[in-house]
Amino acid sequence: MAIAETGQSSAASPLVTQLHGWVTTVDHKRIGILYILMSLFFLVVGGVEALLIRLQLWVPNNTLIGPDTFNQLFTMHGTTMIFFVVMPMLSGFANYLVPLMIGCRDVAFPRLNALGFWLALFGGCILYTSYFTGDALYGLGSAPDVGWFAYAPLTSPAYARGGSVDYWILGTLVSGVGTLTFAVNLIATILTMRAPGMKLNQVPLFVWMMLVDAGLIIVAFPPLTAAQIMLLLDRYAGAHFFDTQAGGSAILWQHLFWFFGHPEVYIMALPAFGIISEIVPVFSRKVIFGYASMAAATAAIGFISLGVWAHHMFTVGLDDRLDAFFSAASFLIAVPTGIKIFNWTATLYGGRLQLRTPMLFALGFLGMFLIGGLTGIMLATVPVDWQVSDSYFLVAHFHYVLFGGSLFALMGGCYYWFPKATGKMLSETLGAWHFWLLFVGFNLLFGPMHIAGIMGMPRRVYTYEAGQGWDFWNQLSTIGAFIMGIGFLIFFINLVLSLRSGQKAGDDPWDAWTLEWATSSPPASYNFEQIPTVRSRRPLWDLKHPEDPDWKYE
Amino acid sequence: MRSLRKGRFRQAYWGMMRWPLALALVALSPLVLVAQTPEMFDPASPDAIEIRELFYLVLAITTLIFVLVGGALAYFIYRFRDPPGAPRDDSEPPQIYGSQPIEIAWTLAPTLIVLVLSLVVIRSVIAMRSEPPTEGTLRVRAVGHQWWWEFEYPEFGFTTANELVIPTSDADAPTPVYLQLESADVIHSFWVPKLAGKTDLVPAKTNRMRLEANAAGIYEGRCAEYCGTQHAKMLIRVTAVSPAEFEKWVADQQRSAAVAASVDAGRQIFMDQACANCHTIRGEPAIGKFGPDLTHLMSRHTIASGVLENNRTNLADWLTDPDQAKPGSRMPNMRLSPTEVKQLVDYLMTLE
Amino acid sequence: MSKPNVDEEIPIPPPVESEFPLSPAQVGMATFLCSEAAFFSTLVVAYLIYLGEDQTGPTPAESLSLTRAVINSAFLLGSSGTIMLAMNARKAKSLNGFSVWMFGTITLGVLFLVGTAYEWEELIYQDGLTIGRNLFGTTFYTLIGFHAFHVTLGLVLLTVITFLERAGRLSAKSEATELVSWYWHFVDAVWIVIFGVVYWMGT
Repeated sequence: MAIAETGQSSAASPLVTQLHGWVTTVDHKRIGILYILMSLFFLVVGGVEALLIRLQLWVPNNTLIGPDTFNQLFTMHGTTMIFFVVMPMLSGFANYLVPLMIGCRDVAFPRLNALGFWLALFGGCILYTSYFTGDALYGLGSAPDVGWFAYAPLTSPAYARGGSVDYWILGTLVSGVGTLTFAVNLIATILTMRAPGMKLNQVPLFVWMMLVDAGLIIVAFPPLTAAQIMLLLDRYAGAHFFDTQAGGSAILWQHLFWFFGHPEVYIMALPAFGIISEIVPVFSRKVIFGYASMAAATAAIGFISLGVWAHHMFTVGLDDRLDAFFSAASFLIAVPTGIKIFNWTATLYGGRLQLRTPMLFALGFLGMFLIGGLTGIMLATVPVDWQVSDSYFLVAHFHYVLFGGSLFALMGGCYYWFPKATGKMLSETLGAWHFWLLFVGFNLLFGPMHIAGIMGMPRRVYTYEAGQGWDFWNQLSTIGAFIMGIGFLIFFINLVLSLRSGQKAGDDPWDAWTLEWATSSPPASYNFEQIPTVRSRRPLWDLKHPEDPDWKYE
Repeated sequence: MRSLRKGRFRQAYWGMMRWPLALALVALSPLVLVAQTPEMFDPASPDAIEIRELFYLVLAITTLIFVLVGGALAYFIYRFRDPPGAPRDDSEPPQIYGSQPIEIAWTLAPTLIVLVLSLVVIRSVIAMRSEPPTEGTLRVRAVGHQWWWEFEYPEFGFTTANELVIPTSDADAPTPVYLQLESADVIHSFWVPKLAGKTDLVPAKTNRMRLEANAAGIYEGRCAEYCGTQHAKMLIRVTAVSPAEFEKWVADQQRSAAVAASVDAGRQIFMDQACANCHTIRGEPAIGKFGPDLTHLMSRHTIASGVLENNRTNLADWLTDPDQAKPGSRMPNMRLSPTEVKQLVDYLMTLE
Repeated sequence: MSKPNVDEEIPIPPPVESEFPLSPAQVGMATFLCSEAAFFSTLVVAYLIYLGEDQTGPTPAESLSLTRAVINSAFLLGSSGTIMLAMNARKAKSLNGFSVWMFGTITLGVLFLVGTAYEWEELIYQDGLTIGRNLFGTTFYTLIGFHAFHVTLGLVLLTVITFLERAGRLSAKSEATELVSWYWHFVDAVWIVIFGVVYWMGT
């Protein structure tokens, strides 16, 4: 195809020219790839932080890492993984895929799109600059050590001396602004730039979920930005928002933070749901079961997720009625989430499952997310939450949701769309190793954490005393963490090897049904020579099965 | 025909059960090695028992869901997987777009479960949130500090630290203790799993918590909300004693500090150095409030918020360099000479 | 397996046209304004939560002047009217009419800022209300300050867009001018909320 040739001719140009091309690009696909590269970089950083944490917890009374460094590590780990790994990776996937899936040439505002990426990267750089400031010259650095939700008044000048917290505030604030521009762009693109014929109820589920996702970003991120500005005013202008000595409230920060923080969980989960909703049907060779209820459940999740934030605050001592309300709302959100799991499972029924790597990750996601969801129900049971909240049980729960959920799906997405983005297949053998090491390591790492938590181990402790029965479970976790580390190492080897000498992918290696597979791999900068016309939810199915097209049934 | 079906069923059954069984085995095998009942499943108070029952209930419900959904998932993967090496077949399986009755069913079923759970939760929240203490109940003001606990007994007029002593409560005629939870600096959380769930100590807010122990004994707990450098070493020790012993303990605590002439050198160091600025010794000029009350230091089993056993060696080590046991602790290193440390420890050892 | 190729004739029936009523730029601006609304809502909520929680004065009733706020509101609300007239003039292709009304809008906006400046001067020097004085000061200056910042930003945009229009640098199809007017109306709407919450309730 002529398009592919243009791609190759640019590969021959000098490195500087190529780099210049990447830095100044406004092409949604390149920006998408930049986002994913950034995410993978920070994944390594955040992963190494996690390994250090696990090493320190290997035995009781370990002195490998001191308390301050440890507290910085878990703060940086959490902040990095959420703001600079999962967020950019989902932005990357959305950027790359949405215009291709809805059949347009680029996003609505390409330059704004580039701005969004550079803001996100800049935010990450601000955060990590903290390691090179303050104490760094004669100590171990002064990264923020207030935890990723930075509860007041631990962030006030009295308790957080120096500038470390400012790096946290500014880094996440700047990247948050970038995320907002991304969401604005995405909504405008999806609403107004769909291919002719593609109605809003015909977009691929990934696109639909990204639309809801972007809506959540629009509502949830500005309150965080506002709260962070208030915190800055507290720290530098003498304001008293969270200053408990002058009548301010430590609880207000928690409300504002979790009003962002809980939707944020779904902001990170919905794109994963979207990816699963693309992978599971293709590798089951079946249409998604219940498209409409899937879409409705997504909207319901988006809506309910705005009203559950205080379930992070059951131990704060809120009013009984508030606790009851937020408990009920949190239970309620299990219903649309359950519908999704049921629909995916039902899609498997009667299919012909091809257990290629993307599908392995998708199935792994289903199992892990199921566990994460069910422990979520336990945590929504307020009195049980009083016991297990802020313990390792909670740590296990949200890692099953965010790692077993979001990150497994995003990894599956990497295997699924890598051929589209590069024209090369990722190795299936290495992929299977990657998956199984990750799957086993993951369960070995986070499974025992449930038990450590139930045995009374609180989160965020840099060490623990012997004789509590926690040692064994922590050692299992640490072993699991390193198994996962090897898994990721294989993933990176796979990326490099396959990029250099992977099998040629062709336009449509998975025999899939959405529009991105209708163009070349990698697609030309203009995506489609001719904008396709769409009549159903699976335009390529219609094309491949003219005798039995989808639009007859919709 | 029959046997064939049976064989297929067995195969399917094995396919369905293989993974859960394997997982269960993996999960259970270490339990044999380190069999130890988690404290929250071995409660010693009515509230903690109630939480355990509720935990068992949700555990049962979620396990059932896990087995059903996970089982279906595992079975479908096994049953419908494209067998490797099977002849290539380009035809597609029948496309099922959805089924309204099924979708409605699996929307309603979870909704019902969730509704029931909500009602159960609301009922038990109302039952367990402590009503205000009535006349004659024991109240203790618990104040969280970075990184130790202050326990004030306002009715008895004394303050102690880190080790909370309460009278046991008869299950038939309960006499719970009410904690009034406050914070002097950042947010902490009071958590003793055998006795109750956790409640936060929030600055500029007063929380209440009911604490009750049906059997005498020592109940360990800790701060559960990240509160800075030494969050990990902010342990709690609740000692439940019989009401008679409690009365005796209270009488002991109400006394002012003992003064012995033999340890005058140490006492002098305490008053002259900054010690007295942060620590109170009742009856003496030391009235500092920043650190723990030391009037009856030797009545406590541990120092530094449960980090070290309270004995001569540890006291001396602690005074010589607090950062050794608890790096970052607010207790400063006073750079005392070994002789001064010895004299000071001699004095502290008299504070019984 | 046959590879689909978009170059081929796609064997599907003619498309159903689904045109979204708004242009991408309009959706973008509307979405951006939604996020702005979420931002200001947070500031308003913080203001309301701390209203009347102060142990020390001055309170809103002691320090705010409803008269001044009404005059200020008149400037800002008036500017919403003038920008509407400017948009009408632009539709009627009257560049001079557009310029006059835009000039009016900018003048009213500047008058609003001057009014705010006077108010702050009085609050700071007569009532001693600063951002660090009490919770009212903290929340008041944050909320009003961010609104005034948005007004300032709006004035810059209005000025730039007027010059661009006059210089003929914007095509007839350009939506920029219209979108700037959306932004200006939004800033106005936020003021109405602030007026109600801060000045009406407070005095």
